[in-house]
Amino acid sequence: MGRMSRRQFLETGAKGIAIASIPGIFKFDPSAAFATPLEDIVNLKEYYAHFGVDEKTVLEVMQTALEQGGDYCDIYFQHSIANTVGLEDNAVNRAYANVDFGVGIRVVSGDQTGYSFTEEITPKAMKLAAATAANIADQAKTVAPVGLEHKTLPDYYPVKTLWENVKIDRKIPYLQEINDKVFAKDSRIIKSRIRFSDSSSYVLIANSEGKTVCDYRPMTSLRVSCTAEQNGQRETNGYSLAARHGIEFFTPEKVQRLADEAVKRTIDLFEAVKPEAGEMEVVLAPGSSGILLHEAIGHGMEADFNRKNISIFADKIGKPVAPEFVTIVDNGTNLNIRGSLNIDDEGNDTEETYLVRDGILATYLHDRISARHYKARHTGNGRRESFRYAPIPRMRNTYMLPGPHAPEEIIKSVKKGLYAETFTNGQVFIGAGDFTFYVKSGNLIEDGKLTKSVKDINIIGNGPEVLANIVMVADDLKFAEGGWTCGKDGQGVPVSQGLPTVKVSSITVGGVS
Amino acid sequence: MNNKEKLELARWAVEQAKFHGAEEVSVDVAQSRNVEVEYRDGQLDKLKESTQNALDISFYDDNRYSSHGTNDLRKESLEKFISGAVAMTKYLNEDPHRKLPDPEFYKGQKDIDLKVFDSSYESVTSEQRVQISKEIESIARAQSDKILSCTAGYSDSFSQSVKVNSNGFEGESSRTAFSAGAEATVDDGEGGRPYDWNWATVRLFKDLPDLEFLGKVAVERALEKIGQDKMESGKYDMVVENRSAGRLFYSLFSPMQASSLQQKSSFLEGRLGEKIASGKFTLIDDPFIVNGLGSRLYDGEGMATKKRVKIDKGVLKEYYIDNYYGNKLGMAPNSGSTSNLTLEYGTKSLDDLIKEMKKGILVKNFIGGNSNSTTGDFSIGIVGLYVEDGRIVRPVNEMNISGNMNEFWNRLAEVGNDPYIYSSWRFPSLYFTDVQFSGI
Repeated sequence: MGRMSRRQFLETGAKGIAIASIPGIFKFDPSAAFATPLEDIVNLKEYYAHFGVDEKTVLEVMQTALEQGGDYCDIYFQHSIANTVGLEDNAVNRAYANVDFGVGIRVVSGDQTGYSFTEEITPKAMKLAAATAANIADQAKTVAPVGLEHKTLPDYYPVKTLWENVKIDRKIPYLQEINDKVFAKDSRIIKSRIRFSDSSSYVLIANSEGKTVCDYRPMTSLRVSCTAEQNGQRETNGYSLAARHGIEFFTPEKVQRLADEAVKRTIDLFEAVKPEAGEMEVVLAPGSSGILLHEAIGHGMEADFNRKNISIFADKIGKPVAPEFVTIVDNGTNLNIRGSLNIDDEGNDTEETYLVRDGILATYLHDRISARHYKARHTGNGRRESFRYAPIPRMRNTYMLPGPHAPEEIIKSVKKGLYAETFTNGQVFIGAGDFTFYVKSGNLIEDGKLTKSVKDINIIGNGPEVLANIVMVADDLKFAEGGWTCGKDGQGVPVSQGLPTVKVSSITVGGVS
Repeated sequence: MNNKEKLELARWAVEQAKFHGAEEVSVDVAQSRNVEVEYRDGQLDKLKESTQNALDISFYDDNRYSSHGTNDLRKESLEKFISGAVAMTKYLNEDPHRKLPDPEFYKGQKDIDLKVFDSSYESVTSEQRVQISKEIESIARAQSDKILSCTAGYSDSFSQSVKVNSNGFEGESSRTAFSAGAEATVDDGEGGRPYDWNWATVRLFKDLPDLEFLGKVAVERALEKIGQDKMESGKYDMVVENRSAGRLFYSLFSPMQASSLQQKSSFLEGRLGEKIASGKFTLIDDPFIVNGLGSRLYDGEGMATKKRVKIDKGVLKEYYIDNYYGNKLGMAPNSGSTSNLTLEYGTKSLDDLIKEMKKGILVKNFIGGNSNSTTGDFSIGIVGLYVEDGRIVRPVNEMNISGNMNEFWNRLAEVGNDPYIYSSWRFPSLYFTDVQFSGI
């Protein structure tokens, strides 16, 4: 698939593959990660100690990075630990863990980027990487890095217990309990697979403008997939919950709901039909339907595509793109939501950014390069998959604010259409604006009522056209609960999305004629 | 670190794991060096260069299994990593099917040179890399005044890996890969900005295609999309261009895997020996193609590879069976992953296939979509060209194809003579009759 797999959007368990509490790796007590400002400075020192560097070394590395005339550089230290425990065929019989440790050095010269990373955090290896990244620039005039100053961050993802302190024996009972609930719920269930993933990422960012920040980033997800059989017919579906949270996220209520939803969504497929092929009215259920925004407008508003003049939204800022009751934001500050960040991956504050305000196209999603290009404010959207990649503009949590209509009123208004409820993946061509998302399940709407279940249909539309065709927005905004990962330029980052019930007057639905 | 040193490290890790109580162990040590250059709109845009390491270790301890990875290869870190990982494994439930492959399957490794390593790799200079990108970009940019942006690039990689299984397998490999190409976005005059790409990946530097071809075709493909629109829903014949055709096979590959069979989520369960596709479809898994992107002498579990006919004239001959799910199913493993895929190619070119269409759609790109491996249902977005009486009429987009894989492959009427060699899945252009398209 090569280049085609860019900008694909997949629902997965947390992106990391591995997990496990591995004692003895940490030299410091990570429980100091959430603290008052005074302790926070202690915390920064611990981050330096953890990565085995000091301010002096960091400044020297920056000096090397800028010696070819680059106008900015940043250094991104990262240590992540990821774990997954899995249940299959009624036994918790597999575990995966991964440890990743390294530093990425980026040099920027105008719009140009030089990048290198090393997994060996020694002054020598870092200077070698810095010299490699420095080659992007070719200017006699050099700038010197400014002395480092530590910045204290807000805390958008407080956790009670760090994942390093949650041993595997505490996770195993969740898997067993959910498995029991799944089989108890319906005798037609023949298989159940469950994955419990968690990860912690310790990040230290220093840049040549003198800023240093450190951040602890937790993540977790629990995913259930089941297969049911009825009269020789089989169906598979599932449900997942994900958040930047600790183990306390998985309350008894959530555990019950995971099992209930996974089973219900699977069983419903037995009765499911295919809708007619072609254009029709589509109502999007509140929640993960926010994938519509992610594909139809979100990617097109990432400022790199606009500064390169390749987005269909490239000349539409300040113009009306949707009815005035439509307001769409991308927010990095929602409490414990999967796409939230205390600070973006180039050390800029995150915020609530308006993509569309009252129907008018408002602001691109900027990283540092694009903000300078447009002489615009940073929006805190510079993100990267890991220390192996240079940051680029990415979404965080993308959602539509509540509108004036009631959900019942919206469904009642449709004579013949589709109610789309659960999704697996989507994709967009930024320039032409074509986007798709795959509906795993939903319902037909006939004469204002939800009727038969539907399954496995791709929906395809054009971003600007679909925004203009939003005719009703309800007051019931919900966030997606599952673990969404967005892919762009070969980098995957965790995101979330949300939507109230929304009606679009026409989209092409892949069905049968 | 060279492969000899990697092998020593892997052996050491096996011993460490055994010392800490693991019964059987599998260790992979890999290192890769990657360089990437991008040239955009007349200017160098991105330079990236790095080396990365990985050690992956799997334990088979008293019927308990876990797998761990790290990029910190210092022995003092590894020792703690391994002892912690072995300790964790003891909390898991037993799983009698988890074991290393029977050493019988390591035997018979073919003794040939697959030529997947280019010894000229070291001599490629930074200047050359930049020059190639620059040249492709300038060729692309000169193609049309409708170009809004074009980016060209070059990248190469040198990867080495070793594998040690504690029950008697050791293997090593060295590979190089070189990629170059361009992508272009053009102005359609109505606010739309169609885009396409043309990249190629090869094992040997000298096999990179002509730079003219790389730059030119990317732009031609984007220009061809100007004026694209959807059409009436209905059944049309469909030709899928070679480079996109492999996408369709994903929908068969997942249900052919042993994990799907064992988990009762495959519509191909119990279908061995049955006709699941048209007689035109013969699919071969061939690990021995010289310079092939998927060529290998042993698979990811250490098992010796073989050339295998998976689907023979439409009849399902073999699943993809890895060691673990093979044990669960009571079936002999034959490798759970693909190497190179080839078909029994036909005699017609893409142009010949287009000429045969009375009323149909030539699919050039797929967008999004998915399929259900339990039932075979699928629905995928397309971009392409509408063809009438063998002639291209206009570009189409914003349409889906839908159906069920159980019957879809039976409508494969022709197989082209044009395998796409820049992928390990070497699909040619394929002609299907009466495909359900949805549009207006």
